[in-house]
Formats: sequence, structure tokens, C-alpha cells
Amino acid sequence: MSDQSLLSARHLRKMYGARLGCTDVSFDLHEGEVLAVVGESGSGKSTLLSLLSTELEPTAGSVHYRFRTGETRDLASLSEAERRFLLRTDWGFVRQDAREGLRMGVSAGGNVGERLMAVGERHYGQIRGKAIDWLTRVEIEEARVDDMPGSFSGGMRQRLQIARNLVTHPRIVFMDEPTSGLDVSVQARLLDLIRGLVSDLGLAVIIVTHDLAVARLLSHRTMVMRGGRVVETGLTDQVLDDPQDAYTQLLVSSVLPA
Amino acid sequence: MTPVLELQDVSKNFTLHLRDQAEIGVVRDVSFKVDAGECVVLGGPSGIGKSSILKMTTGNYHASGGRILVRDGDVEVDVTQASPREILSLRARVIGYVSQFLRVIPRVSTLDVVAEAARGENGGEEQAREKAREMLSLLRLPEKLWNLPPATFSGGEQQRVNIARGLAASRSLLLLDEPTASLDALNRQTVVELIEQKKREGVAILGIFHDEDVRDAVASRVIDVSRFAPQPGASQKELTHA
Repeated sequence: MSDQSLLSARHLRKMYGARLGCTDVSFDLHEGEVLAVVGESGSGKSTLLSLLSTELEPTAGSVHYRFRTGETRDLASLSEAERRFLLRTDWGFVRQDAREGLRMGVSAGGNVGERLMAVGERHYGQIRGKAIDWLTRVEIEEARVDDMPGSFSGGMRQRLQIARNLVTHPRIVFMDEPTSGLDVSVQARLLDLIRGLVSDLGLAVIIVTHDLAVARLLSHRTMVMRGGRVVETGLTDQVLDDPQDAYTQLLVSSVLPA
Repeated sequence: MTPVLELQDVSKNFTLHLRDQAEIGVVRDVSFKVDAGECVVLGGPSGIGKSSILKMTTGNYHASGGRILVRDGDVEVDVTQASPREILSLRARVIGYVSQFLRVIPRVSTLDVVAEAARGENGGEEQAREKAREMLSLLRLPEKLWNLPPATFSGGEQQRVNIARGLAASRSLLLLDEPTASLDALNRQTVVELIEQKKREGVAILGIFHDEDVRDAVASRVIDVSRFAPQPGASQKELTHA
């Protein structure tokens, strides 16, 4: 276990004109750590995810990332080419809407293989073999490898998105509400799959969710956001079982027990 | 020798923001030690804060004041000041916590649930599974259930899985919150024997046992939690269980 953090955010702030996206967000993420960011719509949690993954530029503050070489750099200092390379190799992004995270005009196997080609794999047989291996790991039958994602159910598309992201062995995966919009039984299967993969691969994950049960099942730490600000952060079971902040208490007490 | 666990002037209040900031005092001035090889039992009527003390010790609840020192090898860690990473690390190596309830993880088999806990820092996969099988047989969980996830098990079966998991792991501090609550006499006796074995191995145990037979069998001493009541004198009449 390295004591140096993999990703560290300091005083991140994003303004959309006069409107606040988020402000004063600081945290450290270590290898193998799963951080849940919870809050309602408009809380700033998706803005935060975009800032961390360099899709948006912060108005103020910084994000530092420790590369595989051990070098830590400010993400704002990366060139466009370096940034894109990072997004294809070290990072993954699982989106709420699989249609945004997948290439819908490319087969399931192609979706997975494409990430491999982006990091320089050229041997067709190997790419196909690895793609099939990853489809199997996310519980998609080999027979579906040449099918288009459009013919897949919602749960399968999310699993395909996960395979596409994990095939390059990323170090951090950003997840934006990966289970919302799915049937409860499909959600449970997907969550369980994510839980297993994250622990087997020692992935660091930042998962944005409005669902406290998702945070409890997957994450080590939870950050609660409201109105663009972090109102409480800590060990997930502590935040959920003994919330200190008024808003967190409201969130926790608003959930119907299963 | 330093104790495995020491609580110093620990207090716990809940502030209920949704109830006009009502302050609910649970305990205050909680001070005691637990040494290696002893089983200290928290006594007193229900609702007096016994579980809260265990939850603060494992970092599940915030302590409102005081220090909770847990020995981790040569160092002492104050749980009340530890970072989430430090607490997770303590739970993975030092502190075991067995509650009445099993938090079921969908689709993971019973054997895997227990083996996951038994997998030590250097122990191999097969050793962990062997330990898991041993614990499940000791607790008389029918072998035909081992490959099923515990989600659909009865309360008593789930609790045995929970105990098997809690006791399969090698920890120097064990926190037991009514581990025998819904067990039959035979399995209660097994748990008593397992606790005695842990004591002989030098494990420090802090527990809550409502069952008097179990408590009398395992307790090295009993601490009456009503003496930590927030308003002195308020619960003096309830000093019956000690």
C-alpha cells in the first residue's frame, strides 16, 4: 500500500457563468480505494466528476495525478495528446447512459477491442481473444461478440461498457450513476459484478450516485454534496450510520428500508 | 504490558438536526481497559449505550469525546482521530466485529463469505477455505448450504455464517454484539467454546451477551454501562444486571 495518493484534488471550484457548479472540493484518493460521491441532482457531483476526469476545466483549484512512472503532475499542465492518452490507458469512464460510453455502430467485441487498439495492440486474433475474455468476465456470452450494442438490454450494455473500460487495466475508473435506470434485479447483478472486479483488480474508483445503497455496497469512503459543496465526508459506514450533518441526516432518514 | 484496548473518558451524544437539534446523551466518561486474553462483558439494561461503545470502538460511530486506543503491534492508534484509511486497515488486520446481523452481499456463496474473512495477510486461498469449512462445520451449518449465498437463509443460519466469518479471521481484538442472540443451546455452547479458545490464544474480547449462561461462561469481568449514564443518578435503579 503506497502512502502517496494516486489522485488529489485541492479546492476545486467550477462556475458556469454566475451559477455555482461546485466549490472548495478537496480530497485524496489512493490505489484500491472506492470513493462514493452522493447527493441529489444539482448537488455538483457530476460537475466534480467532469473536473476530475479533465472533461471540464476548473475555475479554480487543481487536480494532481501520480503516473505509473511515479511522477505526480498537475492535470492542467498536460498537453491535449497526453490527456487523451491518459483517458485511453490509465483511466476509465463508465457513464450513466451506455450510448454515450459505447460506440453504438460497432459490435460488442469491437467496442472492447477498440480500446486495445488505441494502446497499440495490432494482432487481430489477440485483440479478439482478449475482447471475448472480457465479455465473459462481465457475463456476456461469447456468441454475442459480433452483435451490436443496440440489440443488448440496458444491463448488458452497462456490462459491455465496463468491459470496454477495464480491458486496458486502468488505475482509476470514474462512474457516473452506472446503475440508475436499470431494473432492481439487474442493478443488483451489476453492482455485484462491479464489486468483484474492483476488489480483484485493486481499482481506484470514484462513483457518483444518488443511491445510498450503492455507496454502502461499493465504497470505502463517502462524500456528501449539496448545492455544490461537500457537507460531510468520511468512512462510508460512519457517514451512513452516524451522520453528523443535518443534510446527511435528512438523506439517510429519507430512504425506505429494504 | 499495554492493554489491547483502552477507552479514556469517551462520550457519545447524538445531535438530531431534524428534531430541532435535539441532543441525546448516550454515555459519558467511559473509561476501561481490555487486556490480551480476557473477555470483558458490557452489562446493563438495553438502550443504555452498550452497542454504541462497540460501534465507536470499531469506528462505525463517531465518538463525541475522549480517546479509544487500540494496540496495533507496537503502536497505539486512537480510533477517534484515525483517518478512514487507518480505520479500514485496523478492521482488516486488528479489530474483528461480529454483530447480530449479517449484511448480505448478493451472489457471494456462504463459503466465500467466510473464506474472505479468513484470508490473512499471508495465508493462502486454500488455507482460508479450509478454515471456512472448519468454522461452518463447527457451527453445524448443513454442508448443502455452503455453496449458496446466505440471503435466503433463516435468521439463525445467517447468524451462524456471521459468527463463522467473525471468528475465522485472526484478530487481536474482537467486538461481539450479542453473537448468540438467536442460536439454539448446542450452537450457543459451540460459540462459548470458540470464545474460550480465542481467549487462550490471547485475543482481547469486548462483548455484549444478553444470555446469562453465555455471559457467565465467558466473562472475565462485567462492566456495568449504567455507571456511564449522561445524567448521574438517572439510572442508578437499573444497576441490576452487573
